[in-house]
Amino acid sequence: MSRQSLTEAQIIEFLDKCLEVEFSFVKNEIPAVDIVKQSRPHQDFILNLTQRVAATNIELAYQFAVHSKQALEEMDLLMVEAWAMSATDQYDKQGLYPAMSAIKNLDQFIHTAHVKACGAVFEEEASILLPFIQGLAGRKLKLAEAEQAYTDTETIFIPAITALFETKKENFLHYKVTVAYLWAQIQFGSFRVDLEILSNDPDKLNKFSVLENIRLEACLERELPGLYRDMQILKTLFHPEHEQDTENLLSIESIQALLHENAEAAHSLDIIENIKVDQWPEVYCYQGTIQIDQVATIFERRIEKEKAYFRVALSELANEQSNKQDDNPIEETDENSAFKLANKDEHTKQSGNIDLELDGELITPPEHVRELMTSIIVDFGEIPPEYLFAAGPGEYDLKKYQEEEINPNDVWKGTYHEEGAEIYNEWNFKRQYYHKNWCVLRELEIKPVYDDFVADTLNKHKGLLKSLRHTFEVLRGEDKLLKRQPYGDDIDIDALVDALADTKSGMEMSERVFTKMHKEDRNVAVIFMVDMSGSTRGWINEAERESLILLAEVLEILGDRYAIYGFSGMTRKRCELYKIKTFDENYDDEIKARISNIQPQDYTRMGVFIRHITKMFRDVEASTKLLITLSDGKPDDYDTYRGEYGVEDTRQALYEAHREGIHPFCITIDEKARDYLPHMYGAANYAVIDDIAKLPQKVSDIYRRITS
Amino acid sequence: MTMQSKALKPEEYFIKDEPFYQSIGEEIEVFEAAYRQGLPILLKGPTGCGKTRFMEHMAWRLKRPLITVSCHDDLTSSDLVGRFLISGGETVWVDGPLARAVRNGAICYLDEVVEARKDTTVVIHPLADDRRVLPMEKVGELLEATPEFCLTISYNPGYQSVMKDLKQSTRQRFVALEFDYPDAQLEAEIIIKETGIEDKTAQQLVKFAHMTRDLKGSGLDEGASTRLLVHAAKLIVDGIKPVTACKTAITQAITDDSDMLIAINELSSSLF
Ligand SMILES: Nc1ncnc2c1ncn2[C@@H]1O[C@H](COP(=O)(O)OP(=O)(O)OP(=O)(O)O)[C@@H](O)[C@H]1O
Ligand SMILES: [Mg+2]
Repeated sequence: MSRQSLTEAQIIEFLDKCLEVEFSFVKNEIPAVDIVKQSRPHQDFILNLTQRVAATNIELAYQFAVHSKQALEEMDLLMVEAWAMSATDQYDKQGLYPAMSAIKNLDQFIHTAHVKACGAVFEEEASILLPFIQGLAGRKLKLAEAEQAYTDTETIFIPAITALFETKKENFLHYKVTVAYLWAQIQFGSFRVDLEILSNDPDKLNKFSVLENIRLEACLERELPGLYRDMQILKTLFHPEHEQDTENLLSIESIQALLHENAEAAHSLDIIENIKVDQWPEVYCYQGTIQIDQVATIFERRIEKEKAYFRVALSELANEQSNKQDDNPIEETDENSAFKLANKDEHTKQSGNIDLELDGELITPPEHVRELMTSIIVDFGEIPPEYLFAAGPGEYDLKKYQEEEINPNDVWKGTYHEEGAEIYNEWNFKRQYYHKNWCVLRELEIKPVYDDFVADTLNKHKGLLKSLRHTFEVLRGEDKLLKRQPYGDDIDIDALVDALADTKSGMEMSERVFTKMHKEDRNVAVIFMVDMSGSTRGWINEAERESLILLAEVLEILGDRYAIYGFSGMTRKRCELYKIKTFDENYDDEIKARISNIQPQDYTRMGVFIRHITKMFRDVEASTKLLITLSDGKPDDYDTYRGEYGVEDTRQALYEAHREGIHPFCITIDEKARDYLPHMYGAANYAVIDDIAKLPQKVSDIYRRITS
Repeated sequence: MTMQSKALKPEEYFIKDEPFYQSIGEEIEVFEAAYRQGLPILLKGPTGCGKTRFMEHMAWRLKRPLITVSCHDDLTSSDLVGRFLISGGETVWVDGPLARAVRNGAICYLDEVVEARKDTTVVIHPLADDRRVLPMEKVGELLEATPEFCLTISYNPGYQSVMKDLKQSTRQRFVALEFDYPDAQLEAEIIIKETGIEDKTAQQLVKFAHMTRDLKGSGLDEGASTRLLVHAAKLIVDGIKPVTACKTAITQAITDDSDMLIAINELSSSLF
């Protein structure tokens, strides 16, 4: 028997409570009229979702409840849920207004839902497409989002979403073939012509694209037959009607020349005017567009830069050469040294494997010069003769071409961008899913401050340090002499005497008569994560720093590998991890001076740092990996990272860490920590210190306890 | 064909048939010269680029037995030099592989020497300088190497952590030969000789390897080695589709990252 439906009064009561009616003044009678007419399971479903949305925003939840009737009529339950969640997503990303319109504009949602359900989305596929094109290109081509697909020869741009085809699989194929085709334009020299001619003539540009497609397809068929097949799949799926038009073109002799291995883009350009057909085929869906201006700008900048770099490199080679030949280097000659290209056959030319010749001497260019040559050949099809003169002294100022160094501290000034930062997901327990690419983390330096802090600390805790040293020395992995071993480095006299006595009395002689040295390796790697939030200001911060100094002293005795990081930040877009000591650094004066300068910053978001450290640990080989957090309270950030949300994200991040074999442990001075830490870390993996003054001693004690 | 294998002592084992080794530069000449001059040799290079094969080839060329020791982090100096054992109520000394190689004038190849514990690498020091002796402290002997004896170690500088770097005092005793993947043409020839695969497919395999090697540092720790290409080629020769062979023999061997796996599979399916 199914449960009874809720009455209107019950529904209003529920909504009043979850939409906090005494503050929000929403009129719950309005949605209740509709909800009461639903079946009980649907009623529960809607009320439950309303409550989940209310966790994000009350007003939004109210609108959801109001529109729920229409939604249930037009979508299935899964879709309704997705619709609600996309509104809360909008809210997180762009605020209340766009979120409200997402709720109100149901039809739009149904349409985009279709696009999203079977479309390919840049954000999701970029991590596949990027290595794919970099593998094809053999260099660091970039990938980015834009309205249309095109390339400027350094970056390949594709739209945020592509949904031309029915299924996700086909749409991914469309993405893949598009990026590969754009790469082919660069690789096989579509831009090695004077594009200016086409710039004010869209019709001619279109025809050029069509002819280039024929040429590039032939190139791809030779070089990447698998990809060529994929192109044909897309063509028959999406442009079956163009096939005849293309066939017609291919019957023309001057066009057949495009299929030849040595055909160049210039040929496409040359023949455009002479071709007379009734119907030119359309540009195919994977071709993107040709953005002449973009190509020209990047092209010029690169050409100039590479020419400068190449000619300066040649002058270095020339200097080396003359130094090698005679012991006293000759003065600079007025004339620039002229190089020649050696072994210039087609095969080596393609691969950029060309040797240089200077005054009849063969020179094999070093790796960076070779890379330059490859790139120049991609642009010109050869090394232009004027490049082969070594640069004169002071002819170029290479600084001009260096990309401006990015200072992580400046990134947040002006418009915000995420270059050089690492992006992590975050767990939303209410919605039970990850916000993708949610937090932006950056590693920053701490300026060392050379003051008396370290000396004072060591002095203050002199007695403690002495006893700590003693206890830790005992722990240190020491050579142990194992006795009565079946084999070993030396003879165990006691065992041998016993054994001989045994044989005398007619027993079988034991073979365990050796001693063996055995070194116990403490293969431990530990990262300390220190809370640098604003709330640590004052003596907590001081106690943390003192603890770190003492810890470092004892860890040096133990020989365990350790790293120390501080963490703080403000909102998900500014999570900052301060490098205090990395695994590779030695504990020296500079590290001490950094510890001395650990200063309270802003808030404590935690999950993102745990995820980052989990990732760092992947490169560390150790049989025990420990992550120890020193903290003064619950995770807490400026935005929504409060209360349960923060606790649950942290818990999830710890769980991820644990799955990768990391043991997390938390040391805190928050008296209330017993309420939430067991939930986050598990009952045995935390310690609450009541007396801050004892922190330095306790931290070392705890470390000893958990690693022995 | 008999299915029984013979038990041979390594020092009695001479390689009779020429192992195929495609030389890349002057490594054979340099090795021979170093051998004649009694200098120890260090082979540097990434995994699967032919170091072991080169040693087999040189052992055949120089007509000496080859004793290989794969080093690991538990390897002690006794494992190399020797130890006491009990047999029939008496303690007897048993030579380790290094001592056996010295006594028999063999070529001793210590593979991945940095993996061994630091104190272990030190025992090879007196052997690796002009003294050419192996001190056997436990038995109070000093074993002098004959001119035929040769010490070779290998080392992959690529992914060792700073903690595991080869000590200067060790590395400065050796003549260093650097190995790398051969250039495209040679690498294809190696694959063909090893597996009998057809030329075109070999070329494509090499091209695929280059794609993965270019991704080193942007998501991959190492690109596909020659060894992996040989594996894939063997599968293909046995009738497996090239795309499947690449996926199983190469891609899965170089990464576990799910996006990277897809990306690299897309590369191989573009090629074939
Ligand atoms: N120059 C070469 N000549 C012939 N075969 C080669 C050559 N280079 C690589 N190979 C092939 O690659 C395979 C792997 O080479 P090998 O085992 O010698 O690698 P390695 O350098 O010793 O690797 P590792 O460092 O992992 O031990 C060989 O079995 C052989 O098939
Ligand atoms: Mg080997």
